[in-house]
Amino acid sequence: MNNTAYFPGCSLKAEAGDYERSAAAVMEALGQPLEELERWTCCGTVYSLTDDDLMHQMATVRNLIRAQECGAEEIVTLCSMCFNTLKRSKVFIEQDAARLETVNAFMDEEPDYEGDVEVVHLLEILRDQVGFESIEGRVTRPLSGLRVAPYYGCTLLRPREIGIDEPDTPTILQDFIRTLWATPVEFAFQAECCGTYQIVDAPELVLEKSHRILNSAMRAGAEIMITSCPLCMHNLRLAYEELRSSLPDKRELSIVYWTQLAAIALEVETGELPTSMGKLVEGLPTTMELVP
Amino acid sequence: MSALMELEHFAGFRERVEMLSGENVFACYQCGMCTAGCSFADEMDVLPHQVIRQLQLNNWKVLESNAKWICASCLNCQTRCPKGVDLSKLMEAMRQIYLRQQLDQVEITQLSADQIRCLPQIALVASFRKKTG
Repeated sequence: MNNTAYFPGCSLKAEAGDYERSAAAVMEALGQPLEELERWTCCGTVYSLTDDDLMHQMATVRNLIRAQECGAEEIVTLCSMCFNTLKRSKVFIEQDAARLETVNAFMDEEPDYEGDVEVVHLLEILRDQVGFESIEGRVTRPLSGLRVAPYYGCTLLRPREIGIDEPDTPTILQDFIRTLWATPVEFAFQAECCGTYQIVDAPELVLEKSHRILNSAMRAGAEIMITSCPLCMHNLRLAYEELRSSLPDKRELSIVYWTQLAAIALEVETGELPTSMGKLVEGLPTTMELVP
Repeated sequence: MSALMELEHFAGFRERVEMLSGENVFACYQCGMCTAGCSFADEMDVLPHQVIRQLQLNNWKVLESNAKWICASCLNCQTRCPKGVDLSKLMEAMRQIYLRQQLDQVEITQLSADQIRCLPQIALVASFRKKTG
């Protein structure tokens, strides 16, 4: 991925630092280190859904121009929301020459955006360029026996035109979990919304939706849940803390980023893991220990 | 709310929503798939398919429903609609009618220091984009 620029976005430099650290370590181990886009700015977080307003597309196009300037063919993101916003905005601007022309004319201090920078998610790079099978070959600590719930959320999958997998029946995270020798746990709410930004002014709504997701995964037998969205992570962990005190038994669920799971299996920097996750991993032998 | 009341005399309500959203509300044949799959329908005083019906009828009072603020644009409805209607865009159009009149739903200055410290910026920015003008 020589011509790929890594777009972090705000969360990866703040509360989702563990996501970035683990992803960087995994990509380093796979021989394709992440190269950060220079002078990147906020993507806008949510895609603007109005048709009459180009102003809310400016932030994304500016980042596409940054990629174009350094000769990158594609922007790769870790954050699901950045992925969604950048890719939808790119499609919206590029599908109509007049829109592209207006945006370019407005940003007269910038070089024109030519319209040929792709936006991809890191999971797509691993599936389509690196190949899950080649990751499997590098696993030194197989996660055998760990039951992992893949939580997709919304923005990786919808709308269909930009999603990284089939919106109603996605399999990419399950395949990824198997690559690390763990067991995927199917559950009903794997692509339902956690409540997202409503946490700001309607937290009770978010807690209810997130509890439903967590309960569904735990009832299906999950001990770990993975996600790729820093906002889902915030909401799910908050909801889990609340839920935990009311759980009748000692069941625990460790919620981690998908790259942290990979980092454990490849034995590289994982970032901070929940205590419960540490306990699960301690018991796993490495392949070195398996050799007599 | 007073500015909104002017809409009572605003015959072009449906056209305005269609212009803002780029959607054709008459494509909907009221199958109810959007409501069936909506994670938030139980919180809405007017259900998702009913919102579209009221838009078809050009009933501006649907603006007063809480549905547009509850909708988080998760796009389950958009993905599953057999007629290709993007309800998330119609909801956004109704939000914009408020927000472009400075009728913000989240008052930034009212957030406590605790909230600002504990909430991730991804939540704050998204909330401000969706609920302030």
